[in-house]
Amino acid sequence: MRTPAFLLIWLVIAAAVFAGSLAIGNDYVFFAGYVILQYVVLSTAWNILGGYCGYVNFGTGAFFALGAYSTVAIYKFIGDSELPHVIPIPVLMLVGGAVSGVVGLGMGYLTLRLRGAFFSIATLALAVVLETLVVNWDYVGGSRGAYVIRPEEMPLIGNYIRYLFLMMMLLSVASITIARLIEHSRLGYGFATIRDDELAAEASGVPTLRLKLIATTLSGALMGMAGAPFPYYIGFLQPDSTFGLDYAVNSIAMPLIGGTTSWVGPLIGALLLGTLQQVATVTISSAVNLLLVGVLLVVFVIVAPNGIVGLVRTYWQRKPEEFVGRRRVDADAPGSVP
Amino acid sequence: MNSIANGSPNTGLLQIDNLGKRFGGFVALENISLSVPAGERLGLIGPNGSGKSTLVNCICGTLRNEQGAVRFDGRKLDGLEAHQRTRLGLSRSFQLPRPFASLSLADNIRIPLLYTVAARGTIHSAREVDERCHHLLGEVGLEAKAQRLPRDLTQVEMRKLELARAMASLPKLLIADEAMAGLTHSEIEEILTLLSRLNDQGVTIILIEHIMRAVMSFSRRLVVLVSGKKIADGAPDAVMRDPEVERAYLG
Amino acid sequence: MIFSFDLLINAIVSGILIGGFYAAVTSGVSLAFGILDIVNIAHPAFIILGSYVAYIVNTTFGIDPILTAIVATPLFYVLGAGIYQIYYVSFEKRGQESLRGLAFFFGLLFITEVSLVLYFGVDYRYVNASYIGPTWHVGDVDLPLRMMVPCVVSLLLIAALQLILTRTFIGRAIMAVAQDQLALRLMAIDPIRIKRIAFGISIATASLAGAFLIIIQPVEPSVGREYIGRVFAICVLGGMGSLPGTVIAAMLIGVVESLTSTFYGPSWAPAVSFGFLLLTLAVRPAGLLGR
Repeated sequence: MRTPAFLLIWLVIAAAVFAGSLAIGNDYVFFAGYVILQYVVLSTAWNILGGYCGYVNFGTGAFFALGAYSTVAIYKFIGDSELPHVIPIPVLMLVGGAVSGVVGLGMGYLTLRLRGAFFSIATLALAVVLETLVVNWDYVGGSRGAYVIRPEEMPLIGNYIRYLFLMMMLLSVASITIARLIEHSRLGYGFATIRDDELAAEASGVPTLRLKLIATTLSGALMGMAGAPFPYYIGFLQPDSTFGLDYAVNSIAMPLIGGTTSWVGPLIGALLLGTLQQVATVTISSAVNLLLVGVLLVVFVIVAPNGIVGLVRTYWQRKPEEFVGRRRVDADAPGSVP
Repeated sequence: MNSIANGSPNTGLLQIDNLGKRFGGFVALENISLSVPAGERLGLIGPNGSGKSTLVNCICGTLRNEQGAVRFDGRKLDGLEAHQRTRLGLSRSFQLPRPFASLSLADNIRIPLLYTVAARGTIHSAREVDERCHHLLGEVGLEAKAQRLPRDLTQVEMRKLELARAMASLPKLLIADEAMAGLTHSEIEEILTLLSRLNDQGVTIILIEHIMRAVMSFSRRLVVLVSGKKIADGAPDAVMRDPEVERAYLG
Repeated sequence: MIFSFDLLINAIVSGILIGGFYAAVTSGVSLAFGILDIVNIAHPAFIILGSYVAYIVNTTFGIDPILTAIVATPLFYVLGAGIYQIYYVSFEKRGQESLRGLAFFFGLLFITEVSLVLYFGVDYRYVNASYIGPTWHVGDVDLPLRMMVPCVVSLLLIAALQLILTRTFIGRAIMAVAQDQLALRLMAIDPIRIKRIAFGISIATASLAGAFLIIIQPVEPSVGREYIGRVFAICVLGGMGSLPGTVIAAMLIGVVESLTSTFYGPSWAPAVSFGFLLLTLAVRPAGLLGR
């Protein structure tokens, strides 16, 4: 399937979901749905570096928070000036994405020469350093946190939360489209070789450092874009909960549970686990959420290493096939060589 | 060392001058100088641990040598990453095969085609890439398994895949690092024929092997490495008669 | 920022004392990650578990926390051995340890932490012992016993571990398995069993480290998180598996953290160890006393 067709189909699905949610008539759907969609973006973003390239990033929270704090900085700046008070979310996303993307590039430059485990530990370290810097920056509220006042209504759509939901939905569609585009391109092949054997990849002509930098930048940027609307969603932003490991564990668990080799995995993982967490929060307590994530992560990683996608494939084909070949010769995939 | 050839010093396709490499206190390579002209069939032999693979790694950029210089096609290679050297036309197969485990055989071959050959602008369509993948797999007899994963291969088939992948980047110089270990007599012949054909097409070959029969029949020139030093360099017969080489092998 | 010699000396001493404790905390990671290459990012969670075990026994029976921890060591050992077995069968054997093995430990971290939250809540817990209140004074220097005792016992623990690793058969087998598994097999020693023992010891140290922690400061479940980066920073800085190196690195980080906290404020302190880690990884990945 060509990318434009894929994009169109998903936009139609998104429109249908939005319309359906409006029809339900309860705004809680939008509040809960926003979080789930946010995780679709975060998981997909994480998977680009983690699943495709094999580099585990523990710093999801940091990139997410950078996007959020970019928005706070803009909000404060606007508030102090004479400019109109409401900045469209897409603009905020672009700014948040740019900031996180640049940081992602920088992080990659500093850490990608390190082998696997050291890279992951370094991402953890970087996240804490970034958090400390933000906590000590009083302009955005520091450790006291920052208040952001949500506009009441948006024209045509109604409640502002619906607008946020719609924007996050569009970002989700964009994310999975980008992920799929990568998979079917030369870049996707390159990522796979990095995951499988970096030394052999280099020997085959793959510019591994450059590709890894692309992955960290793109991954970081998408995470920042997911974080940009967050201050408007939550109203009161606090550094320790925003930068925290909770985002890391979710963005790692969801692709691992769903399946790391394609765009489908993070989507399924985020939808399932995200919904489960929303249900658990309402019925039991919000602390149980993370226990759920932890347990499912451990169970899946032991029992179903290829995730739900892997299980489905095995069941479907009656043949345990660990990964599918990137493309088959008989498929009609066009123009993959740029 | 009466079997050292007095060749022209600076016109080799691959030119190695005083290369040295140490690992901490251990001297792996010392003062290696070698000039490989285009079209050569060079055999590189030596006891285990003599530094052959280290030399290959230094040439190809997997390791950095502290001393000396490597030139390829007139260009200095120092500071270039491994993938840049491959794109210049320098290719190697690994002694222990390192296939891309999650990709099919065809895709394994596709990688160097996409990243090296396509980068030079000589292939333009996906179909051409596919054709070349299958052609290369056919050359090593693996076409039937094109869609399988490397873990479905036998050891021998993995070596063939390794060689095919090294060939896929259309190199000017191919270093085959012990590609024939464990192969049967006829399989060795197959590989030698393949390498000869490549050489006829203009590819310079450096063959690193322990199987003396193969080395002697294939090489037009022989270099012997012992304990990180080059002790012989010349015509195969002359080298094998060199008393120092005899000592190295027979103790 | 008022500078006084008094403040400086005390900050340094305090840093050294807590550094001794940090060394004990890190010793488990030095064993697991430094020597065996197992990235047990959940180690701090097991330490917190140790703290809570000490807490329960202390509040129920009034028994000294360190004593409790020593008694609990075999239990933690068994836990560690069991976890390694799962890790080996599920990941190491399949070659999946870099992604899925890591995620496994990450999951364990959360499971442990949240279980503690659900059971104990988020209130800070503390223990009672005779040495928690008093402070010795040597000139202008304050030596709170609640930091002295854990520091001294920590150093004893490290010394004991070092003796085990260098003088006993098992210890040397552990060092050997890190370098050459094949050679061990040829000597009819099962490397998997050795690694299981080593990982068991690693988690056993967490029992003691946990007791030390709750003596030094009140504990609640998320306290472990600030130690994740700290232990890996110390492990890498100390040369990955060198116990003497771990002690030096731990004290170095302890002192720098203490100085930062005293003169620049505690909000900058977390960045210290992590900043060190990044620096070490960038400049000298082999650490201070690298292998």
